[in-house]
Parts: sequence; C-alpha cells; structure tokens
Amino acid sequence: MTYYTPPVDRLWWTRRRSYFVFVLREFTSVGVAWSALLLVYAAKGNEIPVWLVPINLIALAACVFHAITFLSLAPKATVVRLDGWRVPDYMIVGGNYGLWLFASLVLAWVVL
Amino acid sequence: MVARGAGDPLGRVVDVLIVGGGAAGLRAAIAVAEAGLECTVLSKVYPMRSHTVSAEGGAAGVIGVGDTLDEHAYDTISGGDWLCDQDAVEMFVREAPRELIQLEHWGCPWSREPDGRVAVRPFGGMRQLRTWFAADKTGFHLLHTLFQTTLKYPQISRLDEWYVTRLLVEDGRIEGVVAIDIKTGETAAVWAKAVILATGGGGKVFPFTTNAAIKTGDGMALAYRAGAPLKDMEFVQYHPTGLPFTGILITEAARAEGGWLVNKDGYRYLQDYDLGVPTDKPKLRSMELGPRDRLSQAFVGELDKGRTVETPYGHVTFLDLRHLGEERIEARIPFVRELCRSYQKLDPVTDLIPVRPVVHYMMGGVHTDIDGATPIAGLYAAGETACVSINGANRLGSNSLPECLVFGARAGLAAAEYAGTAAKPAARAVPDEPLPDGSGSGERIADLRTEMQRTLEDAAGIYRTGDDLEKAVGSLRDLRERAKKAKLDDSSTSFNTERINALELGCMLDIAETIVASALNREESRGAHQRSDFPKRDDEGFLAHSLAHQGPDGSPVVSLLPVTITRWPPGERVYGR
Amino acid sequence: MTVLEVSRYRPGIDAEPVFQRYEVPDNDDWAVLDGLNYVKDSVDGTLSFRWSCRMGICGSCGMTVNGEPRLTCGTFLADYDGVVRVEPLHGFPVIRDLVVDIEPFLEKLSSVSPWLIRSGEDPASEFAQTPAQLEAYKQYSMCINCMLCYSACPVYVLDPDFLGPAAIALAQRYNLDSRDEGDRFDVLSTDEGVWGCTFVGECTSACPKHVDPAEAIQRYKLTAAVRSVLPWVRL
Ligand SMILES: Cc1cc2nc3c(=O)[nH]c(=O)nc-3n(C[C@H](O)[C@H](O)[C@H](O)COP(=O)(O)OP(=O)(O)OC[C@H]3O[C@@H](n4cnc5c(N)ncnc54)[C@H](O)[C@@H]3O)c2cc1C
Ligand code: SF4
Ligand code: FES
Repeated sequence: MTYYTPPVDRLWWTRRRSYFVFVLREFTSVGVAWSALLLVYAAKGNEIPVWLVPINLIALAACVFHAITFLSLAPKATVVRLDGWRVPDYMIVGGNYGLWLFASLVLAWVVL
Repeated sequence: MVARGAGDPLGRVVDVLIVGGGAAGLRAAIAVAEAGLECTVLSKVYPMRSHTVSAEGGAAGVIGVGDTLDEHAYDTISGGDWLCDQDAVEMFVREAPRELIQLEHWGCPWSREPDGRVAVRPFGGMRQLRTWFAADKTGFHLLHTLFQTTLKYPQISRLDEWYVTRLLVEDGRIEGVVAIDIKTGETAAVWAKAVILATGGGGKVFPFTTNAAIKTGDGMALAYRAGAPLKDMEFVQYHPTGLPFTGILITEAARAEGGWLVNKDGYRYLQDYDLGVPTDKPKLRSMELGPRDRLSQAFVGELDKGRTVETPYGHVTFLDLRHLGEERIEARIPFVRELCRSYQKLDPVTDLIPVRPVVHYMMGGVHTDIDGATPIAGLYAAGETACVSINGANRLGSNSLPECLVFGARAGLAAAEYAGTAAKPAARAVPDEPLPDGSGSGERIADLRTEMQRTLEDAAGIYRTGDDLEKAVGSLRDLRERAKKAKLDDSSTSFNTERINALELGCMLDIAETIVASALNREESRGAHQRSDFPKRDDEGFLAHSLAHQGPDGSPVVSLLPVTITRWPPGERVYGR
Repeated sequence: MTVLEVSRYRPGIDAEPVFQRYEVPDNDDWAVLDGLNYVKDSVDGTLSFRWSCRMGICGSCGMTVNGEPRLTCGTFLADYDGVVRVEPLHGFPVIRDLVVDIEPFLEKLSSVSPWLIRSGEDPASEFAQTPAQLEAYKQYSMCINCMLCYSACPVYVLDPDFLGPAAIALAQRYNLDSRDEGDRFDVLSTDEGVWGCTFVGECTSACPKHVDPAEAIQRYKLTAAVRSVLPWVRL
C-alpha cells in the first residue's frame, strides 16, 4: 500500500497572509542585527554616512515592527492568574509597553 | 480469498481481545492489564473517536451526603419499569462510585465544588443529586482520560481502524475474530483466548438519532450470529430533546439546570401527563426531570393535540433556557450553547431551542451475567452492546457511562481470569466474509439503509401496534435478501468505506429484525415499549426479559426469561406526585 | 446546486491526487460533510472520508476546505460562494481520497506521557481540586485530536518530527494539573519539542476548540528556559 506524500512546498510562506507576516517578522531580525552593528560602530565615535540613512530607516521600521509583534505575542507565554482570575491579555501587553517606555526613558536619561 | 489464518496481524494468540475502544472497551483493557495479562484493543475507529466522546450530561454514582445506594437502586429499577435484574442493579450502584473515583485518580477533570470536592448535579428520574459531570462534555473527558491512561500500559496493544466481521467459535468456545484492516483492506484472523465485545449501541437502525455514524450494532449482530441471544431488544430509548435536522442531542443537564419544555403556546405541557406541577426551580423526579420514556410519550400527546410547531424537519416543541441567564449557561452547559450556535444558528441565552424526540440508546443487547459473560465460553460483552440488565425497560440518563465502567472492569477481570486457564486456540485458515454480489437490480447500500430506517421508525417508534410490527417483519426479511444482492461502486482495497458500510448494513438488518420480533412478542406496554393495542403493563405475562436467538432460517426466535427481583417488588411508577 | 471539487487519490490507481467535481443540492442547513455524504450515498460510493459524530467532538472529519483546515461537520456550504474545494488535511501523507495518516501523532502523544503521574497510594476518595486549579489546565484538556493545528503549522509541514501543537498542549494539560507530579522536561525541552516552534501562531487560529496550543508551547518555553538556568525551580 502506498501513501501519497505531498512534495515539500518551498513557497508555503506565500500561501497565506498570516504566514507571510510571520516570515516578515522573522526577517526583521536582520534589521535588528544591522541596528546593533550600527550602534557599536557609532559608539566607537564614527560618523554615519548619509547614504546609509534610508537603510537605517528600514532597519528602524523593522525594529519597531519586531518589538510590537513581540510584545503583543508576549501574553501567550506569560499567563498570570490572580486568585483564579486570569489577567487579560491587553493588561499584560499594556504592562509590557509600560515597562518598555520606562526602560527607554531611563536609558534616554542615562545616554543624553 | 482466504484470510491469512496463521499469519495473524499480531503473530501470536492474545490473552484477551477487546473489540471496541469506547468507555467500556478501554476500561476493560485497563482491568486486563492490571491483572497482568496482555490484551489488544481492536476498533473500527481510533479509540478517541468512539461514540462515548459525545456523551454530555454526566455519570451517576452515590457520593453526596444524604444519598444512599438503595435510593440509586430504587430510582434505577422504577425508572426501568421493574424490568431490571435487581442483583445486577445492586452491584452496579455499589461499584459505580468507586469507578468514578478511579477515573478521578486517572485525571478526569470532573467539575468541582468551591472546596475542591467533586460536584454533582440532578438528572432525570433521580431523586438525589448524584450525577458527576465534567461541564457538559462528560463523555469526551471520560474517554480521553481513559484512552490516555491506556497509553501507559505496555500490556495494552491496539489495532486501530480494524473492522470485525465474524466471531470464531469452536465447540461453544471463543477462539478469536475475523477482521478487516481498513487501511489495507486485508482480512485476517486475530486469535485470542477470550474476547470482550464493547462495540456500543445501534441507534443508526433508525433514521433520526443522536448516535454517531459508527453506531451500527455490530457487536450485537456478531454475537447473535455466533449463537448468543440478544436480550430486551424492543426497548429503544427516545431522548426528548434532539435538534430537529441533525438529531444532535441537547443534554438532559439543560433541564437539570432548570430548563423548561414548552409547547407552541409557551405552556409547560408536561403537567398534563401526570408528571407533577410546574415549579420555578427544578424539582427532582418531577416535570422536566421525569424519565425519558414518559417525556417522549408526552411529546406525542402534544402532537396529537395539535400543540406542536411544524418545521421542515418534523414537528417540534421547545426547550426554554432563557431564564437561566448567560452566566449559568456558560458555566454549566457551555457545549449546549456551542452546539445551538453552530448547528441551529440560535443562542439559547435569548432564543427558544426547537427540539423533538430522537432515538438515543438501546436498553437491549447481548445477554450477559453480572460478570459480562455470555453463554459462549470465553466471550464477554460490556457497555451499551451488552444487556446485563440494569436498564430494564428504560435507562435513566447518566447511568450508562458508569455502566460502561463498572461492567467494563468486571468483564475485563472475568475475561482475564478465564484466559489465565483457557487453552490456546490453534491458528488455521478462515474464509472471508461474503460481500453483496451486485446480482440484484443494482440497489445502493445507502438506499437500502434508508428503507430499513423508515421501516423501523414506522413500526417500532415511540408507539407501536401489532399490525405495523407484523408488516415490518416481512419488509425486513425482504430487505435482508435484497442487501445480499446490492451493488457496490467500490471494489478497491485500501480504505474502502463502502464495503464497511455494506457489512454494517448487514449487522443493522439483523438487529432490526430482533427489535421488531421482540416488540411483536411483548403484548404489553412497559417503559420505552408502548403498544397502542396493549396499553397496560402486564406483570403476569411479561415481567420477563425477551431473548432473541437466531433461528435456522436466519430470522429471530423470541423466548422469555424471568427477571431477578431481590428487594423491590413491582410497583407503580410515580413521578411528580 | 453547489459544486464540490473533491481531491481524489486512489492508491495503486492514481500517481497523485486529482480533482473530481460533484454537484450537490443547495441546502442552507448542510455542512460540507453533509455534501460529501450526499455524494457518497447517491452519486459515487467510491469516495472515502472519515466522519462519525457530526457534532464537532469526535475529531474525525478534519479536511482542507478552500485552503483552510476545518472540521467539515461544522463548516457550512452556505458560507461559501462558488465552488467549494475539499482536500485532505495538508501536511499529512494521504492514505486515500480525504483520509490522511495520523499514526505519527499517536506516537507523539504517547511520548509526552499524557496521563496523571503520581507516586504513592491513591486515597479512597477523590483528590481535592478547586475550581481555580481545574481552570488552570482545563482549556488544554479540550483537545479533540482533530489535527487541524498540525495542518496549519508550517514547522510541522516542513519537519514531520516536530512534536507539534496538540501533543505539547496535552503535555501541558497534565503539567498544569494540580494532581500531577510528573516531569515532561526531557521530551518537551528539545529541538523537536517546544524549541522547534517558531511561533507562527496559526495552530491557535485553526483550533476549533479554543485550546490555544500556541500559548501552551510559549508557556513551556518560559518554564524550560527558567529551569535550564535554575534547575530546582518548578513553574
Ligand atoms: C449524544 C449522546 C449523549 C449521551 N450522554 C450520556 C450521558 O450524559 N450520560 C450517560 O451515562 N450516557 C450518555 N450516553 C450514552 C453513552 O454515551 C453510551 O451508551 C456509551 O458511551 C457507550 O459506550 P460503549 O463503550 O459501550 O460504546 P462506544 O463508545 O459506542 O464504542 C464502541 C466501540 O466499538 C467499536 N466497534 C464497533 N463495531 C466494531 C466492529 N465491527 N469492529 C471493530 N470495532 C467496532 C467502535 O470503533 C468503538 O470504539 C449518551 C449517548 C449519546 C448518543
Ligand atoms: S489543539 Fe485544537 S486543532 Fe489541535 S488537535 Fe487539539 S483540538 Fe484540534
Ligand atoms: S464528525 Fe466528529 S468532529 Fe466532525
């Protein structure tokens, strides 16, 4: 008896919008890496050439996209129950954004 | 073609072969494994697909304060219109709580009281709160708990998606079964020292039923053909509340939580049928919490009085849950809401649910003793396929799941004990099951099935008459001959479901004949068996079980067997008074 | 009339699946499964598919309907315009027509020890469990093993060894049960276990029973991460 095994679909990520968004999110890691390198480069006192600005803007967009999707997925991993009541997702997301903002402010205060 | 006799799929003789992977079969398997023997669960669907998965309401077992075993026994016996064997009932009520606790220890997510104890709810025909429940997916949780628990026993092996076509009996002793591997289409003999049938009910002999596609009474037919009698087959339970098109069940728990049955005028009509007076809060053994046979009969009364509503799928009355409120519905019967929304496009929080009586359960089945043993040595039966009998002429809701557990375990133990001393059968070649040969006028399996279902509904519905039953005997015999000559479109091997459907039709025709023959023989009205031509219960003539044997010409021969009475002499069934 | 375009694969006859069209009567109450049964009963008895309860609880009838994994008994023809395309669940080997091989799932399920693990004697009465403790795992116990989540998961489709959403959710069902004393770390915290998951989240969207397997997996990632650093901690 022979089962039919469908061939591996190399274009699976184009088949559905949600897959595509997922792959996009995975690719934002390139942008994040780029920003990190850039930061190190700039921290060493180097000037950033003007022609890099568009690329940096794309990287920034990627970082923001990554951060947003990351934070909105976070409640999946952190289920908090208080006395049997499950803390709703939006509160956890909100809390995360709060922490993010707070951390950014502290960082900004230190750096600037 | 001849089956590979010696080269059976297991390559060995198993101690105990269990046919069926529902609650009864899986409970039996664990019992055998715990007794230290090897067993194989063979099932036509993966065990977690078995029909037990659909049970909603709950499982009865005495634990509440103030409840007693005697009360559970009395409710069961009066609910069964005194046709239950009382020794079996006494044993059943004693062991049910232990089995339900065992399920808890295996992880079943029973609903709980705030202090962490198991919660119990009221149920039809029960005068105490004693029905354990896991919201309204009790059967689902019970089955998955059992199935997942079986995975921990190396002694338990499985043959999934195998279909048994015949029992192998030699000198009155079981030796195994002949079965088809559905995936490959190959037939093989599976040799075993003992066999337990746990193949469930056969509601599919009727057109409108809560039962799943797989409930075709196979085990009953297999035992019957092998010479074991079928007991009390005329008792077919109609559940009062099925959704009109699909037949999907709206559990009795909906009424136990306080739901009302109303007719087209919004009137709680059960008060007109000697079932008590309406109260706001549900009252035990009264009105909506009366037994199922009486409630379904009341529906027919309303139909006759013109107080039902006609829909494209037959006449209906209504189940009203609106006064319970969204919170209670979500907490206690969320599945009812889910089912109404998907399948009836309505929300019970704001809408009336149209319902009508629907074939639900077979009180009858393979005749066994209280250890599940049939008259064939080494052959056992448990669950809905068996008739021990604790259900008599009408089963009480929530008694069936514990029955599967109690008698599944008992049959498992008894079979293990038998297999411990029984001789090994000798493997040999066995012939295949004959299939329809297409020599007739090319009739389709589905059409024959539909005709059989209509015949049964017309003759053996909620009310029956001798004339109708007489006619049905002839129609069924004719159908049996035509089925042998039916035409199959599919002659391939792998996953040939049409072939399985043909074999299932053969089983259903056999048990349909036993239902009709037993109903014709019983000239009285008792529980779920109501004869318009014999409207009274007749304890003189019929305080006895019907036993249907297959006669030499293939038709059933019915005889009577006395009921065992221990402590509760036959009395009047009183509800709401 | 509604047109069903049904994927057919007959082993030994077809080298690969082909589509066959059937016309079924329009009926607002019909699920896709009713359409298939109409075909099977009245038109073409050779069509094979699994079904049983037709009330969304047995988990047999999962198929791909117009590209999405669905329970066909709970997916209605009236909700579609035009041709309705029915295929077997994507990502699984096809045994025949609409029937797929789920055997590997049963092995995966066994591998996570999906039973209550406890040491010592059982008491004569029940283990106490408060409604809140029940609530903590209840959602993960609702899985009907329908395989829609596997079909929706690109990781599983690319790597059939991935333990997958339902098996991990069921492991968590026992992990989070107050009565359970077991440890499933060695199976779950592996590359084929939770770490195989890249969090596409499609399993949760596909699940007809709101099990939210994606959540179960991410929660165990956190548990596993903490345990890798602080081995004595039990979350
Ligand atoms: C909708 C619904 C709701 C219910 N609710 C309740 C309730 O709330 N409380 C209660 O107590 N009872 C309830 N019942 C009744 C109860 O669920 C059943 O009586 C019980 O589950 C039957 O279990 P079983 O193990 O005998 O059979 P099933 O669970 O039906 O299992 C039968 C098994 O046999 C196998 N099989 C059958 N034929 C063959 C063959 N030829 N070859 C191989 N394998 C075969 C099948 O594959 C299956 O595994 C309900 C029933 C229905 C229909
Ligand atoms: S998790 Fe949901 S989608 Fe996956 S098998 Fe279970 S019920 Fe089906
Ligand atoms: S047929 Fe059971 S889930 Fe669809």
